[in-house]
Amino acid sequence: MASLTQIPVPSPTPVRPAARPRPRTKASGRFGPNVLGGLGGWLWLAIIIVPVYYVVVTSLKNQAGFFTSNPMMPPAEPTMDNYKLVLENDFARYFANSLIVTVGSVVPALLVSFMAAYAIVRGKSRFLGWTNNLFLLGLAIPLHATIIPIYWMITRAHLYDTLLALILPSVAFAIPISVLILSNFMRDVPNELFESMRLDGCSDWAMMWRLALPMTRPAVVTVGIYNALGVWNGFLFPLILTQSPDTRVLPLSLWTFQGEFSVNIPAVLAAVVLATLPLLVVYVMARRQLLSGLTAGFSK
Amino acid sequence: MSTTSGSSRRALQQGPSGWLAAPALAFFLLFAIIPLIGVLFLSFTSWDGLGEIKLDGLSSWTTVLTDPVTGNALLVTAKIMFFSFIVQAPISLLLGVFTAGGQKYRAALAVLYFVPLLLSSAAVAIAFKALLDPNFGLGAGLGLPFLAQDWLGDSDLVLFVVVFVIAWQFVPFHTLIYQGGVRQIPGSLYEAAQIDGAGRIQQFFNITLPQLKYTIITSSTLMVVGSLAYFDLVFVLTGGGPGYATRLLPLHMYLTGFKANDMGAASALGVILVVIGVALALLLQRLGGKNRNASQLEGA
Repeated sequence: MASLTQIPVPSPTPVRPAARPRPRTKASGRFGPNVLGGLGGWLWLAIIIVPVYYVVVTSLKNQAGFFTSNPMMPPAEPTMDNYKLVLENDFARYFANSLIVTVGSVVPALLVSFMAAYAIVRGKSRFLGWTNNLFLLGLAIPLHATIIPIYWMITRAHLYDTLLALILPSVAFAIPISVLILSNFMRDVPNELFESMRLDGCSDWAMMWRLALPMTRPAVVTVGIYNALGVWNGFLFPLILTQSPDTRVLPLSLWTFQGEFSVNIPAVLAAVVLATLPLLVVYVMARRQLLSGLTAGFSK
Repeated sequence: MSTTSGSSRRALQQGPSGWLAAPALAFFLLFAIIPLIGVLFLSFTSWDGLGEIKLDGLSSWTTVLTDPVTGNALLVTAKIMFFSFIVQAPISLLLGVFTAGGQKYRAALAVLYFVPLLLSSAAVAIAFKALLDPNFGLGAGLGLPFLAQDWLGDSDLVLFVVVFVIAWQFVPFHTLIYQGGVRQIPGSLYEAAQIDGAGRIQQFFNITLPQLKYTIITSSTLMVVGSLAYFDLVFVLTGGGPGYATRLLPLHMYLTGFKANDMGAASALGVILVVIGVALALLLQRLGGKNRNASQLEGA
């Protein structure tokens, strides 16, 4: 165990950057092109793209066109009627509900997880060790197995069919993985920085916000995005904890659209496109941050 | 960890207050640990979801354990877990290695590979339901009778369709994990191998694979434990059918509790789910060996 026998000379350990620039030139350059790998890569692209293409193309067809035209061909006369139909069916409300639940879950989850990660990494008490172990255990447990007690708690608290009913368990379920990733990154912040700040008379509270937060920002963003994806696309909690259209979130609305429009497949697929569009816009804008953050966050 | 200078030891001992971890701990206890205990308690009761909860001894357990549907659900879950792993693990690993290469086109492909992660499971299920329609989907569009089967109505085929759609949705995430893992392998290892005259395939098996050991364990754990949570996708895609062909354990739990209104039996199924999840996670960690942080440093 090299790490245990290392002599603790306070050396200036560099903080590992989250987004690593490619550290090596790929070997294939020296072997000539990797034809097999390239073929596989393009094949997987086709597998990814064909369903997406089909959804978009079909969503632009009218119902008659859907039944008569070739399913894989673009429509002769593209129509936006399906999108209009979806938008007229309270899409904006479902969108707003999803936004409230996502922001309302991710922000508190980040806040409490960050504070916990700081305490776990910097603290030495046995209580914090137990807390950390409990969170690690939480990673192994399929938390969805707890939906029945959660349903009972939410109904007893008279929160059934409210957005808060979705937010509370979402925060709790986001905590284990958030604490794990954040504390992994926080361990890389050199101890000397904390010590010098402490010598300057800084409290832990001040060090947390002025040193730990700036140093772990990539991890905070990663965890935020990861949790936001999970909550935004979540289906099970909305299914069991909400009922009325007033509290419906987007994934659940897709399911109900499917029931309402049943034979109007193009309209259902237009709803799929509209529900995905917000995330696609975010992805296009923050692509680099998102990909590098997720790769770094999970391969630690 | 040990420190030599007296001042730093004092600083370490002070540490931040455990209270910083309290909010996260409170959330997690309230909405994850207490429900976890609750699910065990409810498995010894009978409850229809609305009325009184009555203590009912082992009757829920008797119901669940003698019901052939439970055994079938376990079998379906095991099959989907096994096939998902067999399909996803090699594809993600190879794509991860592929996208970690420096070439521009690979980076562009990696951007597109990510798209399925933006879709909710409900959206993916609805898209594939339309795409797999024998009359108006992919098969009809390409004029390939082989692809125009009743994919979701044939109880022999449907399991593999579910495995495929799950892979479509989750391979991108694991590709990211592997991509990050590959990028952490020191380039010097490849250069040394190059000098020794190792070919591309030799390098893959003698450097890349062993160096990815911990990434493989992380990804596999997430894959296997995660397959206990495939609920929403299967719920929307097949509803567990045809018959019981894709009725996974979590889906069986939901249908027992919220459709058949037998919360006691559903809780017993929840307990089974938790036990399987924890056992699998422990097994995988044991296989991977302990103290991965230390060994990871050693590897680098």
